Amino acid sequence: MALMTIVKREFSSYFATPVAYVFLVIFLVMQGMFTFYLGSFYEREQADLAAFFAYQPWLFLFLMPAIGMRLWSEERKAGTFEILLTLPIPLGTIVVGKYLAALLFAALALLLTTPIWVTVNWLGNPDNGVIMTGYVGSLLMAASYLAIGAALSATTRNQVVAFILTVTICFLFLVSGLPMVLDVFSGWAPDELILAIANLSLINHFDNLQKGVVALSDIIYFASVIGLWLWINRVVIERKREAG
Amino acid sequence: MDVLLEARNLTKTFGSLKAVDDISLTVKKGEILGFLGPNGAGKTTTMKMLAGFLAPTGGETFVCGEAVSTASVKARAHMGYLPEGAPLYGEMTPRSFLRFVAAAHSIAKVEAAEVVESAAGAVNLHSVMEQRIDTLSKGYKRRVGIAAAILHAPDVLILDEPTDGLDPNQKHEVRRLIEAMSVDRAIIISTHILEEVDALCHRAIIINRGRIVADGTPSELKSRSRYKNAVTMLMPTGNADAAAAALRAHKAVFALEEAAEGMNTRLTVLPRGRADIAADISELAGESGWPVTEFSVDSGRLDDVFRHLTEGDA
Repeated sequence: MALMTIVKREFSSYFATPVAYVFLVIFLVMQGMFTFYLGSFYEREQADLAAFFAYQPWLFLFLMPAIGMRLWSEERKAGTFEILLTLPIPLGTIVVGKYLAALLFAALALLLTTPIWVTVNWLGNPDNGVIMTGYVGSLLMAASYLAIGAALSATTRNQVVAFILTVTICFLFLVSGLPMVLDVFSGWAPDELILAIANLSLINHFDNLQKGVVALSDIIYFASVIGLWLWINRVVIERKREAG
Repeated sequence: MDVLLEARNLTKTFGSLKAVDDISLTVKKGEILGFLGPNGAGKTTTMKMLAGFLAPTGGETFVCGEAVSTASVKARAHMGYLPEGAPLYGEMTPRSFLRFVAAAHSIAKVEAAEVVESAAGAVNLHSVMEQRIDTLSKGYKRRVGIAAAILHAPDVLILDEPTDGLDPNQKHEVRRLIEAMSVDRAIIISTHILEEVDALCHRAIIINRGRIVADGTPSELKSRSRYKNAVTMLMPTGNADAAAAALRAHKAVFALEEAAEGMNTRLTVLPRGRADIAADISELAGESGWPVTEFSVDSGRLDDVFRHLTEGDA
């Protein structure tokens, strides 16, 4: 009950200003551009959504921090933080409720892209199982970015600072599996360390799901990232409570 | 009377600064406690700790017997809190905001509608219930904050400057509301408006530099003033000089203040040791034939006590 109260208020606050609608339009336009131009959706002449999912980690890198940046920093700036934290609702519930509201908004944005799923089915015979796991991967990646964004939003009253911090941290999580990072370590670092760094990367786990592979290790990975950052979120709020 | 709000040895340090230093207080059912102090004395910091928002460095607060630090959700259920400046969600309407607060207090939907109506009625919000909060005047915003603090009928009310920013009529309304609610509740209000303490509070605590420097009923506090039992007389300025000389020579007189008011002069006689000198002065005035047009005895002045206890602070 208390969780739903928080989710409801937070989710509807996205739509209190035109920002939510602007965001959804920008998301859909950019998603379309990435899919059709960069991803060469038609030229590939394949009935799948590989072109659609390929650039999502990079698109989400900027759009998810934009969804998450206001979660806590706005409350702290307006002082409503004080009202929220003196309601008879446990802090953990508030942290999760706010996070779920942001995730729900991201899910709504993803839901609005489903016409493209319908389109590939009309054009050919795609493997809908792979597309399904692709969407699950997208949502889990969005969820990870948002968990990072929510926690970093709690560290500052300034939404712009929250945005930049989040993009930076998400970027590090994203590229840690790419050659440009791994090459720095290869040659001198032990293989176990390189493997660990590569495994930290969101993109490797995301790719598995895009291929239709649902591995327990990937699910555990995403769950751990989300869990860790929600825990950090809570700790940050508790520290703010001590510092005033 | 039952103690509904109790703070034991609350302390808060920010780095090397001791903002609140060992404050203990109790508020009983039916009591309105005024929490006074100059800006920066630690009023708001203390209120935040009482409300369970700010974690104290030391000490504990109990609301209806529940410790705020360990049983925080239970304690907060008994408590209504108006933070300093009455922060609100600007994008919401008063109705949606109050509905949210009601839901947070686990008030069922049907009942919530009634509770919101009655809280809104208590602070005269009905005409703005559907407007966005950020378009409302300061006075309305403050009233939305008060409505949110009282809607679940809490046993303990913690109001940080509840009348700040209100016009005199609204101030009067809010004071009457607080008074009416105090019957079966414990209320603590912080303020720097001294007349409010006089008009509203059963007891007042004055803090300075994070420490309690006075605790008593308004009349007890006032009696610590230099003006306790001071006699004030108004007479034509032509007679005032002679009167002033005679008064200064009187052995019971500690000091004399003169202030011109048009054709008249107001003489304020401060008694030695706050003794009751009204009869003596009245007799002296009669014998000397001073044309006194006004004669009054002061019960003491809170602003004088306040200034005396907190002077030297910005």
